[in-house]
Amino acid sequence: MKTQRSLLRSILLGLAILLVLVVYAYGFQVTKVNFAETSSERRLTQLTRILRALAHPDIFEYEQEELVVEIPFYLPCPDTEIVIPEPDKSGPYLVTDVPCVSSKEFINIEGFNLPPDAKGPINFITASGAMLQLGNFEVDDNGSFQARIQIPTRQPVAEAQHIRATARVPIGAPKFTETAEVTWDKIVETVFLALLATTFGTLLAIPISFVAARNLMSDVKSSLSSIALMIIGWPLGIGLGMLANRLIGEVSSLFATIPGVYIGGVIIGPVAAYALVRWALPQTESEQPSRGMQITRIITLLAIVGLLILTFQILADLALIVGQSLVGPLGSLGFLGNFISQLGDVGHMIIPALVALGGGAVIGNTLSSLGQSISDRLSRSVVKTLNIILAAIAGATLFIILALIINWFYEINDPVKIYWWPGGVGAVLGLLLALRAAPKTALPIGTTIYFITRTILNATRSVESLVMVIVFAVWVGIGPFAGALALALHTVAALAKLYSEQVESILPGPLEAIQATGANRMQLIAFAVVPQIIPPYISFTMYRWDINVRMSTIIGFAGGGGIGFLLQQNINLLDYRAASAQMIAIAIVVATMDFVSSTLRERFV
Amino acid sequence: MLEVKNLTKIYDGGVRALDNVSFKVEQGEFLACIGLSGSGKSTLLRCINRLIDPTEGEIIWNDVDITKASQDEMRLIRRKIGMVFQHFNLVSRSKVIINVLAGRLGYVNPAMSVINRFPKSDVEMALKQLDRVSIADQAYKRADELSGGQQQRVGIARAMMQEPEMILGDEPVASLDPVLAHSIMQYLEQINKEDGVMVLCSLHFLDLVHRYADRAIALNEGKLMFDGTPEEIDDDKFKEIYGKEAERVG
Repeated sequence: MKTQRSLLRSILLGLAILLVLVVYAYGFQVTKVNFAETSSERRLTQLTRILRALAHPDIFEYEQEELVVEIPFYLPCPDTEIVIPEPDKSGPYLVTDVPCVSSKEFINIEGFNLPPDAKGPINFITASGAMLQLGNFEVDDNGSFQARIQIPTRQPVAEAQHIRATARVPIGAPKFTETAEVTWDKIVETVFLALLATTFGTLLAIPISFVAARNLMSDVKSSLSSIALMIIGWPLGIGLGMLANRLIGEVSSLFATIPGVYIGGVIIGPVAAYALVRWALPQTESEQPSRGMQITRIITLLAIVGLLILTFQILADLALIVGQSLVGPLGSLGFLGNFISQLGDVGHMIIPALVALGGGAVIGNTLSSLGQSISDRLSRSVVKTLNIILAAIAGATLFIILALIINWFYEINDPVKIYWWPGGVGAVLGLLLALRAAPKTALPIGTTIYFITRTILNATRSVESLVMVIVFAVWVGIGPFAGALALALHTVAALAKLYSEQVESILPGPLEAIQATGANRMQLIAFAVVPQIIPPYISFTMYRWDINVRMSTIIGFAGGGGIGFLLQQNINLLDYRAASAQMIAIAIVVATMDFVSSTLRERFV
Repeated sequence: MLEVKNLTKIYDGGVRALDNVSFKVEQGEFLACIGLSGSGKSTLLRCINRLIDPTEGEIIWNDVDITKASQDEMRLIRRKIGMVFQHFNLVSRSKVIINVLAGRLGYVNPAMSVINRFPKSDVEMALKQLDRVSIADQAYKRADELSGGQQQRVGIARAMMQEPEMILGDEPVASLDPVLAHSIMQYLEQINKEDGVMVLCSLHFLDLVHRYADRAIALNEGKLMFDGTPEEIDDDKFKEIYGKEAERVG
């Protein structure tokens, strides 16, 4: 029995080894492994040339002094006697072993009294003045050199032509080559590209990471009526937010015609908002406020929000104007002015989006808590009826939004297909859900949002930033900005996942304790979650910056600017000495970054 | 007065942590809850402030059924119920004073508290509470720099910031040495006697129950086995609560 089993095991093991061999054989086949190629002479010469070029990075150069020596030479030998004048032996001179040869023949050439350690080319100067390089020479310590050169093929010419040696001697201190200067510019661009991408990526990843953390989301549960009202409320709120932003924009453009209003708006707006906040939100409340008071407060808060939007719009306008007017006077610091005006542009881009999203959040959440209190207070049958109506509307809304997104990509443009069909299907699905679910049961909406967020993050993360940059390069043009956007997007997806895993691994104890004090969700996150995740967040952000610096060195290959763009150019132009300089720059930056980030990580964690 | 009626909690895995538990606690009473580990003490205490949602039953406190409260109502109820934990559950990287001020979260304006802005009166109150448990000098240290006994005192100060009408103690002295255990229990006793705060406290040592509790309840596998004064726990009762193999220590 035992021997049988061991025999079987041996056979299986043999088969397994055979299988592994087959797998590797196939691997060799598909990766076109060809070792004969590695020792072919032609390839080896090329390889040597490239490796030697890489070993001589184009970083430093010397100012050079040139010394030119010539000797007459006949090609081909004329019929008459040739007289080569005796060279002046007090200065540098050349001697050839023969005064003339036919094309393609070899001659020996010697030089004397040249500056020691000089180097340079040996050229053939034709009768018409064209210069053909024949070889190189290096002067020894005694100031002389010897070389064997091949005379080129030329049309026969009767008169004397010349062989010229150009001795070059480095003088003065070494200086950076042009390549080195361009490389420096680009490496700075690269580091800042990585910095911006990491910063914006981090800012977005932090809030997303809370939504993608299972332990925070799993106990978010709402009744069906609350969820349905939230789904209806969000698009409604986004629409209202866009409307509000437009109206406030018109108001602010009215103001814009009056000079001095910018400064006034920027100062008065925040002060007024602060005063109203202090009035509307008292610091401590021991009793639930009355309904009238609550409504007054909501109206005040809306006014504050309007005021703040107005202030931000004025601020963005102001930044644009001030920034542009600063560019001239600041001179070499003009980039600061440009930065301010760019911030204004960012404001103009972001404010409408933020207002729309904010509107969605406010209306969505208000309707959602309204739904929750309806579900808590009314009787089961009433809630059930309400659920059926609300869930049908919410389902229709959701499906129409999805259909509109699909329509944007595929341009179906048929109202029956993009409104009626999805709306109908959504309404039926909502209806079925409302009929099946017990009216007051809390549904795990948090877990659903968690899974959706995770899926989106994973999908985004699986697209490499090298691919993303292609889309961004089309959008904002080839250059570092496209690279920064692509890296930022990838950073959001990657960091949000890493961050959320940190949130999932925090201690549950403090969470429980803070919850027990009567804290709401915002307070729970601020007091129990945030203090626990600061060290890992810093650590991961550093790590990501490190990755982004490395990524930004090659993102240029796909049009993302930075040093990769230069590197790719030089590789394509076969300028390996320049490429080598850029690779060294990348290596230095990556090593420095690694050192800095590990030092900082130790300090903070 | 707190009245627990037919409280049952069945966890998702089917474990019956509480099985039809009913008892009453009078205003100002110090109630000890005893039983083996896993007998449902922690679940019971957490059902009272709804950190765990009970499956069935009612918890009536000041004529309000806590089990039926909505999320917003629960926030107002929770802030009147302080809780002290076995492992202190302080936020270890935050300062002591912030940990104590966290007790005010149910009262303060959420928007301002999120950016760590508390009213001056609350900060003064926090220092006063720390002084009461004699660690006012530690207020600006990080919580994890404190010793176990000091951390539990921070926990008590945090609970007291809630101006509670009830304190739940989930084995508050189980991870402390006997001397510290008595000192912590004395603080709870003081809060109970001087401020008239109802205390529900799960304990492991019977001598602590005898020394501090007015009344005791005992759980075994989620069932209420005993409800009476600590003196009534004789050897028979003891074996009933802790099982036949158990021996009395302390």
